[in-house]
This record gives sequence, C-alpha cells and structure tokens, in this order.
Amino acid sequence: MNAKEIDQQTLLQNERDPLTHTPVHLLSLDGVAKHYGNIIALSDVTMAVDNGRVTCVLGDNGAGKSTLIKIIAGLHQHDAGILKVMGEERKFTSPRDALDAGIATVYQDLAVVPLMPIWRNFFLGSELTSGFGPFKSMDVEKMKEITLKELAAMGIDLRDVEQPIGQLSGGERQCVAIARAVYFGAKVLILDEPTAALGVKQSGVVLRYILQARDRGLGVIFITHNPHHAFPVGDRFLLLKRGKSIGYYDKKDITLDELTAQMAGGAELAELAHELEQLGGHGDVVKEVQSEVAGVAQTTGNPY
Amino acid sequence: MTITQTKPKPAAPDERVAKRSPFQKLLGRPEVGALVGAIVLFVFFALVSPTFTQPNALATILYGSSTIGIMAVGVSLLMIGGEFDLSTGVAVISSALTASMFSWYFSTNVWVGVALALVVSLSIGFINGWILMKTKLPSFIVTLATFLMLTGLNLGLTRLIGGSVSSPSIAAMDGFASARAVFASSVSIGGVEVKITVFIWFALVAVATWVLMRTRVGNWIFAVGGDANAARAVGVPVKATKIGLFMAVGFCGWILGMHNLFAFDTVQSGEGVGNEFLYIIAAVIGGCLLTGGYGSAIGGAIGAFIFGMANKGIVYAQWNPDWFKFFLGLMLLLATIVNLIVKRRAELK
Repeated sequence: MNAKEIDQQTLLQNERDPLTHTPVHLLSLDGVAKHYGNIIALSDVTMAVDNGRVTCVLGDNGAGKSTLIKIIAGLHQHDAGILKVMGEERKFTSPRDALDAGIATVYQDLAVVPLMPIWRNFFLGSELTSGFGPFKSMDVEKMKEITLKELAAMGIDLRDVEQPIGQLSGGERQCVAIARAVYFGAKVLILDEPTAALGVKQSGVVLRYILQARDRGLGVIFITHNPHHAFPVGDRFLLLKRGKSIGYYDKKDITLDELTAQMAGGAELAELAHELEQLGGHGDVVKEVQSEVAGVAQTTGNPY
Repeated sequence: MTITQTKPKPAAPDERVAKRSPFQKLLGRPEVGALVGAIVLFVFFALVSPTFTQPNALATILYGSSTIGIMAVGVSLLMIGGEFDLSTGVAVISSALTASMFSWYFSTNVWVGVALALVVSLSIGFINGWILMKTKLPSFIVTLATFLMLTGLNLGLTRLIGGSVSSPSIAAMDGFASARAVFASSVSIGGVEVKITVFIWFALVAVATWVLMRTRVGNWIFAVGGDANAARAVGVPVKATKIGLFMAVGFCGWILGMHNLFAFDTVQSGEGVGNEFLYIIAAVIGGCLLTGGYGSAIGGAIGAFIFGMANKGIVYAQWNPDWFKFFLGLMLLLATIVNLIVKRRAELK
C-alpha cells in the first residue's frame, strides 16, 4: 500500500537514547490519564509516534480524543502516566512549550484567524523580523514570498497571499495550517479531525497532505472518527472509547473491516437491535442492524 | 497508495477567489468608508459656511479632532484587539487630578506629578486588563465597573483632600511653564496657530499604524481580536497583548490628561463622564469592528476628524449647537452602515 516501505531504522532516523543506546520514539505516551475534577476524561492511554509515520487516533464523540491532543499540545497537563519526547520525560505547561519541543497542532476549527491575510496567519506567533531594539519590524516581503513558496510546495496555488484566510475553502485552510507547521520545523504534527467538516473531494486533498507531511519525515498524529480516512494513511491505530484505550494496532495486524467493527462497537449494535425489536421497530431496520451485528461478529471473531 | 510519490496537482483554483482590482483592494481597507464620509462632510460644510475652510478655522477643527483623536488611537488598537474600555473618559481626569494634586500638596516640581500620573494611567490600564484576563468577564462589565469607581474616586478624593470639586491652580508652580510647552503650547505655521496636540495626535497615529502593519505586536493585536483561541494555540501571548493594549489606552489618556491640566491650570473632578463614548464612536466610524480583529489607527483618526468637523462645523454654519448630538448619532449610524456595506462588497468581490 505505501509507496515506500518504512523499516524500523529509517523511521527512527537513528535517534537513540544517549544512556542506553536503545532506539527511542519521537513521542511516546505511557499510561497517560487526565481528570477534570471527578470526571475521568482519559485513563491509561499508551501510544507512540515516530518520524515518517502516521499514528491515527480513532474514537467517537466524547471518546477522549480532544483531551488527548490537548495534553500533547500543551493546553492541558496530564495527571498520571509518562509523556516522553525523544526519550525525555516532559510535561508541557503551555502551547508555546509544546511548540518549542517541535509539536505543532492543526486544530479543526481554530487553526487560523479568518479576518487576517494568509501571510499574517502563516507566520502568526513566529513572525520574521529585521532591525533591532524598538525599531524591530516584520520582514513583510520575505514573509509573503515564503508563504507563497511553501503553499506552492504543498500544492496550493494562490495569487494573492493578502486575501483574508477566511475566504479560502475549509480544505485549503487546513493545508495552510499544515504547511505552516511543516515550515516551522515541527517534528510532530497533530491534526485534529482535519476531514470532519469537509466533503469527499476536499477530504482526499487533506489526506494527501498528511502523506506529504509524513514523507517529509514528520511524525503525524491524525485524529478522526472516520476509519475510512484513517486506514489508508495510518501506520498505527489507537482506538479510544469513553476515555479508555480499547486497542492499539500496527497496520499489519488489522484490516479496515476490523477497524470499522471496533469503532462501531459490536456489542452496542447488538443491544441496539434488541432495543429496536422491543420497541416494535420496523422489521427491515431491525434486520439490517442484525445483519450488521453478524458481520461484526464474523470479522472480530467474537460471538455476540 | 501511489499518490505519495507523485507531486499532487495544484488544488483547482477556487472560482470564488477571482483577481481583485486595485480599486477593490482600496475598498477593502477598513478606513475607506470613513474617508468617504469625511470628504462628503468636509465639502458639505465648506459649501454651507465660507469660514469653514479658512486656515484658522481648520486649525481649530484639527485641535478639536486631536483631543478626541489622541484617545481614539489607543481605543482603536484596543478594539482591534477585541476589547473595549468604558473607563477612558474619567481615567483622563484621574490622570490630570493625580498630577495636579500630588505636585500641589507635596510641593514638588509639577514634572514629578506628571510622572506619577503616567504611572497611575498605566496602572489603571494594567488593572483593567489584568482583571479581564483573570476573570474572563466581558470588557464591558469590567471597564464599566472601573468607570464607576474612577468617577467616584475623582469626586471623592478631590473633595476629601482639597475640600473642593476642582483641583487647586498649579500655574505658579515649578515646571508648569515647561510642562505647558510640552503638552499645551501652540506652533505657528504660516501665521496660523496650531495646537501641539495636533502634532502629538499625528505622531501617535503614525506610530500606531507602524506597529499594527509592520511589527510582530501588530500581528498579535489583529490575532487576539480576530480569534483569541487560535492566537493562543500558535503561541501568541494573548494575555500580555491584551493587557498591553489597555496600558496603551492608559498612555493616551495620560497625554490627554496632561493636556487638559496644562491648557488651563486646574481640573474639574466631575469632568470626563461620557467622553469614553466619543472615543469609541471615533473608532467605530473609522471602521474598527466592535467584535475585534479588523480596523486601523488611521480609521480612528478619520473618525475623530469627522467628529471635529461636525462639532465645529455646526458653529461655523451658525446653527444651534443643540443639534450636534443628533448629528453625531446620525453620523455614527450612517458610517457604520457604509462600513458594513463596503466591507461586504469588498469581501464578496
């Protein structure tokens, strides 16, 4: 499936722990948990991200995906477990902290400031300056030039980087945010449901950029609730449900059908069929759900 | 998936994003609506009243505009940053009272009082911003509270210390002459006396425009006003930017407060109430969005100039000044509608 096979050596790019000389992950989570008061938002999540690999985080609404990325992006701090960057244990105190560690996040809805021109958005928070002291000003021409060039490299052809970014389509906006992260030397790129609000075609465009970012050697965390988007691009899959990990697979250990079945939750479907029957649901609907249950049981090998 | 190897085709050019002509780009500027309004108003008064275009009259109009415009600079920046400040009008008086009362009762050089007033003005801005950031309440509520408290403090403290509603005259004190030269003198240009506040105003507008368009901080101001969460997520110091904006408003208030003090030599403690709206009106007429993220310092300046023209133009046209407030309200409504239409048109094309 993947054009170039990624073996253990290339994906780690020879990063080794200086003490033990064993290969380390670019980013790894071990038993990470988060509480909001007495609400357990996330518990015991273990995952890893490596150079040139895509780790997909799948889960339905309220599964804890947002909490997970907020921890990695530095918006929240985890309460238990270990978060390591390049083998070094970290706890980010702010988004700036995470950015400095090479972790860039592209958020689904708040990736950009809509009223600001594209180039201002591209360099927001990391503006290029020239001059010194109180007369330090932005190097506007250079910033515009780089924006145009970087977006062209990502395959977005724009004539005018002065136009407000709000005028771009959803997919293009995501791509600007991805290009920005790549340009600023992100090692880990977190994509929060980049395809959720997009149509089929636009989703395809975004998936393509994910692969481009991967081929540039970034470790990508792709958060989605759509297994059909995750499976073609992912190398590893973490499945979340109600704040808990319900599975962590390598691509070779799982098929799309199994992934879909796990996501849908065979047990719940069976329950739903039962409930519909009791409520005197329409025969066809019940039958459909039952056949789905049978399918799930078959693929997962669990007798529901 | 073989597409990883081939360079992806450029995304199809979006048919909704057509090339914009320079004229349409000009229309996309935030201050263009105000500029059109200012020209219309100027031509109108020039036709109605021949004295309106006399150099002396223009200098008077500019002076009137500058007393609003100096504050409008800070207020415009603050509004672009997504907040607004109701305490500005009385904060100006607080600053002036601080300078005069301190130097009078401690018998210091007035410049000591001026320096202390700067500290007080910046502190008021800092406290406004800090409470806002800590509580995450709307700036309307926080600064309304500051407005009421400062109004009370101005009156209460002035009476408590001096037993009067105005500060004592400091005209005879050390440093008064030099401070008056800095804050309230006139410069003669071709026989026309132009007040120094006009130049201070222009300088502030120039600095603010440079900051907005050409510095990192300017980028951050647009960002925190446009979408504070997005700004925070990419590492913009949102709290520091917003607190800094409130302090910039405080700084402008200090300049105007010092002008008010040294143009005369005493300050009425009950003044300033209601002026905060004039500054906000100037910024809004100038194209600053109430919701933040859009606007310009030049727009605020044009807004202040419209205000100055309307204010003095009515006098030159020998109308009853009672009509002024009505006129101001009408201007505000028209300018906002024009801004809205112009902005929508420019964005659609």
